[in-house]
Amino acid sequence: MNGYAGKILRINLSDHTYKTEELDKDKALKYIGGRGLGSRIMAEEVPPTVDAFDPENKVIIATGPLTGTPTPAGGRYMVVTKSPLTGTIASSNSGGFWGSELKFAGYDLLILEGKSPKPVNIFIEDDKITFKDAAHVWGKIVSETTSILAEEAPDKAKILCIGPGGENLSKISAVMNDINRAAGRSGVGAVVGSKNLKAIVVKGSSKPTIADSEKLKEVVKESRGKLKDNGVTGQGLPTYGTAVLVNIINEGGVFPTNNFQTTYFDKAENISGEHLAENFLIKRESCFACPIACGRYTKADEVEGGGPEYETIWAFGAACGVDDMKSVIKANFWCNEMGLDTISAGVTIAAAMELYQRGKITDADIDDGLSLKWGAGESLVEWVKKMGRRDGLIGDKMAEGSYRMATHFGMPEVAMAVKKQELPAYDPRGIRGQGLQYATSNRGGCHVRGYLISPEILGLPQKLDRFAIDGKAEWVKIFQDLTAFIDSAGLCLFTSFAIDGEGYANLTNAVLGTDFTQEDILEAGDRIWNLERDYNLKAGIDPSQDTLPKRLLKDPIPDGPSKGNVTRLEEMLPKYYEIRGWSEKGIPKAETLEKLGV
Amino acid sequence: MKIKVRLFATLRENRGKELELSLQDKATPEDVIQELEIAKSDVAILLVNGRDGDFSQELRESDVVSIFPPVGGG
Repeated sequence: MNGYAGKILRINLSDHTYKTEELDKDKALKYIGGRGLGSRIMAEEVPPTVDAFDPENKVIIATGPLTGTPTPAGGRYMVVTKSPLTGTIASSNSGGFWGSELKFAGYDLLILEGKSPKPVNIFIEDDKITFKDAAHVWGKIVSETTSILAEEAPDKAKILCIGPGGENLSKISAVMNDINRAAGRSGVGAVVGSKNLKAIVVKGSSKPTIADSEKLKEVVKESRGKLKDNGVTGQGLPTYGTAVLVNIINEGGVFPTNNFQTTYFDKAENISGEHLAENFLIKRESCFACPIACGRYTKADEVEGGGPEYETIWAFGAACGVDDMKSVIKANFWCNEMGLDTISAGVTIAAAMELYQRGKITDADIDDGLSLKWGAGESLVEWVKKMGRRDGLIGDKMAEGSYRMATHFGMPEVAMAVKKQELPAYDPRGIRGQGLQYATSNRGGCHVRGYLISPEILGLPQKLDRFAIDGKAEWVKIFQDLTAFIDSAGLCLFTSFAIDGEGYANLTNAVLGTDFTQEDILEAGDRIWNLERDYNLKAGIDPSQDTLPKRLLKDPIPDGPSKGNVTRLEEMLPKYYEIRGWSEKGIPKAETLEKLGV
Repeated sequence: MKIKVRLFATLRENRGKELELSLQDKATPEDVIQELEIAKSDVAILLVNGRDGDFSQELRESDVVSIFPPVGGG
């Protein structure tokens, strides 16, 4: 099989056995790989109502057919499982070099089943699979775990692991790889932790075969040219990374501040991408086969490491009222070390700060001299560590994410979350398509299921009026469907600033020998979207959860350039359901599922 | 009239972050970028008082013009 490795590695953690299975080619082409194929296997093998921490839940680590090929930014993999945070299907995406290495070892997917009786590491070297005791790394932070296992591993092996956050079943914990890359969202790290699996070390020796190498050279050259010529992928991201968004989003008055109480942060310059580049940047970093190199490597006092990204800067910065970049860099560093999702961790601290502001958390609840006052940057690192280790009352509640924490303290409405997952760094009251996308995302609060910021703020592929309602449902659907394909193919979403559906079809066809059109690609995305929706409905995620926090629906933005606006979700949702081929109540119609072959 | 201009990313080089300009009445953002020697093709996002702006719109006293080169991601 071209592109695909053609094999699945199924690992039973309960008895430390494994077997390889042939990849079903027809199914693979229908669901592409990565997120799509992983979700298909979840639907077939894991009952939607299973508890996320039940050994019956599985973790599917899935590459796409373009992962590990010369296609630009084709190094991504997905972690697909039932989320302990949202109760939905989860699929979290990561870059770096681990995903391509798994493909080189000869596997498209790993399916992790059961639960190990004690902490274990898995070593994969092509067809040699070894289970090793993990007692010596259990409890250790990510960089330390990675260093220790690198000593035990073949030269240049790639390492994926969880941190203390995943071990302690934090519902906002991540799966980490290559030290600072994260499959961050939806608590996938905790599911790995619940299986007593600490790390997967992989080393491979074979490259995937290509259907038409000459054609691929040609389309890769063309795609790389588009990425280089595009202002975002050729200049903006390489120069400033994602952090350059801080000032843009703030200038538009949609930069959520103090847990979304306001949307303009008057100290944004201090946490801007420009400030980061001038004062803290050591070098740029790139993932496998990526010409963009948006990754940052920064240093603040004794701490140096990957990041911080825009979302992280916002979550620990404006969301918490913090304008001290050093504190943000350190909090990001420790999130990576604890194996926590930086967006959820920062927004959870912001929610705790609002609980403190409103008297629901008091000084008597807080130990170790820490602060939950707005702007308390000096306490961020310790809160992150407490969260990862479930240390103390607040740390233990923070580890559950903002919704469960806020519910415990009697004020669930301060959780800025959709389907219990914390929202990212764009206030949808002033970016209305993004609001519809947040509300309908299949994994809850998330910007990368459909990045409407691209047309509504950046003007790509064309500028949309960010306050308009008309046409937004259509845009959201196309963005969601295209993204589902990109996530399934194994490519980085950032390529979509420069490459369109036809470009993706050309890359895919050269690798696989298929004859996909742009329409086929969008249909595959639509199929994957409906599959996830169907799974979530069966899991009990009612369409009434296609909503936003009350603050974003009812409370107009109080000041700044977007003053006076709310989200107006209810005016967009019926149209969205209609064009998805769903009932008025948001249920996919039988004919829709049949047409897509779900 | 006086307006404020905020520049971002690479547009700050040799120009600074924030400038106050004195312009003739009915001046437009196009006049602003000419004054600052910024090529139109280098402007990816133009905001006037935080809202999507147009190169040909008439500016008013105390307006804030924010200009960004191509940037992005998330």
